[in-house]
Amino acid sequence: MSTETIIWLLPLPPLLAFFIIILFTNKGKSLSHCIAVIAAALSWLGSMVVFVRALGVEHFGKEVFQSSINWLPTGNTWLKIGVLIDPLSAITIFFVAWTVLMIFVYSVGYHNYGQPKGDHDRKGLPPHGATIIDENGHSHTVPSIEPMYSRFFAFIGLFAFGMYTLVVSDNLLTMFVGWEIMGLCSYLLIGFWFGKPSARNAAVKAFMTTRIGDVFMLLGIAFVYYATKSLSFRDILNEHTLSVLSSTTTPILGLSAAGLISLLLFIGTIGKSAQFPLHVWLPDAMEGPTPVSAMIHAATMVSAGVYTVIRMFPLISAGFDGYHLTTTMSIIAFIGAFTALFAATIAVAQNDIKRVLAYSTISQLGFMIAALGMGAYVAAVFHLVTHAFFKALLFLGSGSVIHGMEHGVLHTGDHSVDPQDMFNMGGLRKKMPITFWTFLIGGFALSGFPVLTAGFWSKDEILADAFGNGHFVIFLTLAIAAFLTAFYTMRQITLTFLGTPRTKSAEHAHETPWTMTLPLVILSVFAIGFGWVGIPDKFPLLGGILPNWFHEFVGGTLAEAPEVLPFNFMPLLTSLVVALGGLLVGWFVYRNVRSAAEDKLQFKLLKNKYYFDEIYDLLFVKPAYWFAETFAYKFLDQTIIDGFINRIGGVAQSIGTGFRRYFDAPVVNGFGDFLGESTKRIGRKMAPIIQRGRIQYYMVTSLTVAIIVVVLYFFFKA
Amino acid sequence: MSIPLSWYLILSAALFSIGLFGVLARKNAVAILLGIELMLNAVNINLVSFWRYGNIASISGQVFAIIVFAVAAAEVAVGLALIISVYRRRTTVIANDLDLLKW
Amino acid sequence: MTPDQVIFILCAAVIVVTAIMVVTSPNLIHAALWLIATLFGVAILYALLQAGFLALVQVVIYIGAIAILFIFAVMLTRREMRDKGPQLNKNWALAAILAVLTFGGLFYILSGWSGFSGKAAEIPAGMDTLRNLGFALVSPDAYLLPFEVASILLLAALIGAIYIASASKK
Repeated sequence: MSTETIIWLLPLPPLLAFFIIILFTNKGKSLSHCIAVIAAALSWLGSMVVFVRALGVEHFGKEVFQSSINWLPTGNTWLKIGVLIDPLSAITIFFVAWTVLMIFVYSVGYHNYGQPKGDHDRKGLPPHGATIIDENGHSHTVPSIEPMYSRFFAFIGLFAFGMYTLVVSDNLLTMFVGWEIMGLCSYLLIGFWFGKPSARNAAVKAFMTTRIGDVFMLLGIAFVYYATKSLSFRDILNEHTLSVLSSTTTPILGLSAAGLISLLLFIGTIGKSAQFPLHVWLPDAMEGPTPVSAMIHAATMVSAGVYTVIRMFPLISAGFDGYHLTTTMSIIAFIGAFTALFAATIAVAQNDIKRVLAYSTISQLGFMIAALGMGAYVAAVFHLVTHAFFKALLFLGSGSVIHGMEHGVLHTGDHSVDPQDMFNMGGLRKKMPITFWTFLIGGFALSGFPVLTAGFWSKDEILADAFGNGHFVIFLTLAIAAFLTAFYTMRQITLTFLGTPRTKSAEHAHETPWTMTLPLVILSVFAIGFGWVGIPDKFPLLGGILPNWFHEFVGGTLAEAPEVLPFNFMPLLTSLVVALGGLLVGWFVYRNVRSAAEDKLQFKLLKNKYYFDEIYDLLFVKPAYWFAETFAYKFLDQTIIDGFINRIGGVAQSIGTGFRRYFDAPVVNGFGDFLGESTKRIGRKMAPIIQRGRIQYYMVTSLTVAIIVVVLYFFFKA
Repeated sequence: MSIPLSWYLILSAALFSIGLFGVLARKNAVAILLGIELMLNAVNINLVSFWRYGNIASISGQVFAIIVFAVAAAEVAVGLALIISVYRRRTTVIANDLDLLKW
Repeated sequence: MTPDQVIFILCAAVIVVTAIMVVTSPNLIHAALWLIATLFGVAILYALLQAGFLALVQVVIYIGAIAILFIFAVMLTRREMRDKGPQLNKNWALAAILAVLTFGGLFYILSGWSGFSGKAAEIPAGMDTLRNLGFALVSPDAYLLPFEVASILLLAALIGAIYIASASKK
């Protein structure tokens, strides 16, 4: 079938999987995961077909796959929606399809498919383990299957639909639809174990925080429509429209229209990709199951924020002459660089294995945003793709570690041991080798281990662009952040895998099933190899062996291909030093640390994330609660509105009573009574006069009257 | 023959008025009934004179007078019976004392 | 003055005088007896009017039955009203005025009538008024029905009178 049809159909299988699972197969566990995995596989297949076809097109940036339909009539014109696969979305669909499929397969094992039902498991709480009796009569506690198994697959199916919709859209509207669907699924999945209050709160926090960004994004979209009467990318991002937008000025901050729109859209990304100051939701989002953290909060949803900025790059850089950053770009670059460093410092002091990775994600997203702010388009896309692969790998690896630890916890029965705390682990490389090696590959990729890992190539390109364009402050910040990245990653690996087990549970950990380790292996292949498609041509020794396909392919998305900077030794040297140095220092410091007390870097400020949660609670959450509870509810609603209505009711009642008492009873009744009474009285007074009972009296009276009448009659007749 | 009708009519009018006076002015109930008899007789005279001085062939004047006789008789009988009954109860036949039918 | 007229005037005088005596006698027995005289006068008047049967009926019924009935009633209620005090009630002056007015009014009205001074016609020869009366009372296309009704009326009066005046009801 034609490529456009395939593109239209890409989001469909996960959506169908969602509906089928929810409506029909909720009770059947294997049927549900089969439907979900098959749906992901179908979308993966479609994406691969599209990608391969895209590779075969010459000058793909000019000849894109596109199809749109008229959707909303707006007066004489139509609002069109449709699909678009240009180089940027082709590469995005590639990594999205792979990561989604790997995570779907991983989830089967993560939720303990095949294990017995738990002893006390309830829907809404994580599974606690089931007691089985083996052939010797010994009872063991083993991990139990997740009670809400099918629901999970339905939700991640819906999520996959949202992500695919976002990536294949050719207009801001359907992109925003996909964006919001993912926001919803993020809420549903963070709060998957809704029995835990921490999970519920984290879900609400995530939703609220990203909502703040989404409001501004919607304003940006509205502004776009207002300025250009269209929402599709081809209409907005062509040269003519961009020059118009960049020359109209707005009264806000002296920005041009293009600058203001891109700033508003960027605020959406701040929320979605957890940049400072809206970063607070991502660490708490680790309450969700690990596949959720991997997919949503590492590979796809947070990447969607960066994808939006990349997509809107022509708008953001309208007015960029290649040297002097526009105001918006400066803001973007500042926030990105700041976040990168900020999050990296916090990650150093975290003990939970997933929290470290969460802050790491924030930091790496900061790298990408900073790159975009500087105008390093291709570097940002490169890092986006490689980060998706190795971060997903790292999260899935951490899930595998946690699973192993939980097995150990159930085996020993010591439930005070937190299976996610790194200081309870240690020596796991012997117990869980596949997990160890894949995690190591991912960690090295994250740190930027030279040559062999994809992360090195992408991070190095960002640093090179920063240095080459003269943004030395950003360069320095990112370099320090890279050093810290390597440091805390090695810390994590050392504490978790190296050394000796620190608790009994760690001693009894064992490797996880193939459904969990296979995705790890596949992803590590990408984490190693993907970098080699983007080796700069001028790189010493290695440059030129493989063409810099990535730069050509992705750079074709833009109207003018981005220039290739001349090679400079400084950034290369810096990245080598920070990467290797950070790894060494990390291993050296932590190789003998036995417990958290010995960790010298547990600064309170860092551990408590610079108290940002507390600050926000004081500044925003508590006033909001006060506003809702006291002002809106107690004051406005109960006192004023209800009081008003009750007052009206009371007034109506007193009017009624008053009416009754002062008008109805005396006047109306009185009148009636008066008539009756007076008639009676008149009758009583007249009766003795008229009704004597004597017939002669009656006869005299009547005869007198008769005579009078006759006389009068004859009188008047004459 | 030679007596004008007017003489009869004046006579009956006079008799009627006298009877009326008796009805209105006498105390005793029986005396009231006597007055009524006079009035009825006046009526009869009227009827017969009109028969005689009007259409002799149509005997209805006399028939009417006979009916009046019968009615007068009946009325006297019942009236006196009533008076006797009342007298038994109240030992009075003075009309003015019989005034129970008032408010 | 023809003999008829003379007889008439005498008769009329008797009637009027005795009538006045009826209504003014304090003694009721006297009043009843004066009534008998009045009724005699009326009978003679009927004879003058060539309604001989009626004259007879007058005497028999009125005097023979009704007047006697009156005397009985008076006798039966004598104890109470033994001629004590005047027999005229306190409104007698008004009653007299009214009677005079009534007479005057009747006279006035009648005098306006054209046939007031009509002369009597001759009774055609061969007309037997009594026979006509008899036939009129019993022929169904004449006055049979009023006749029968009158009979029933008398029956009702008879029964009623007996019942009302019967002895003490316990």
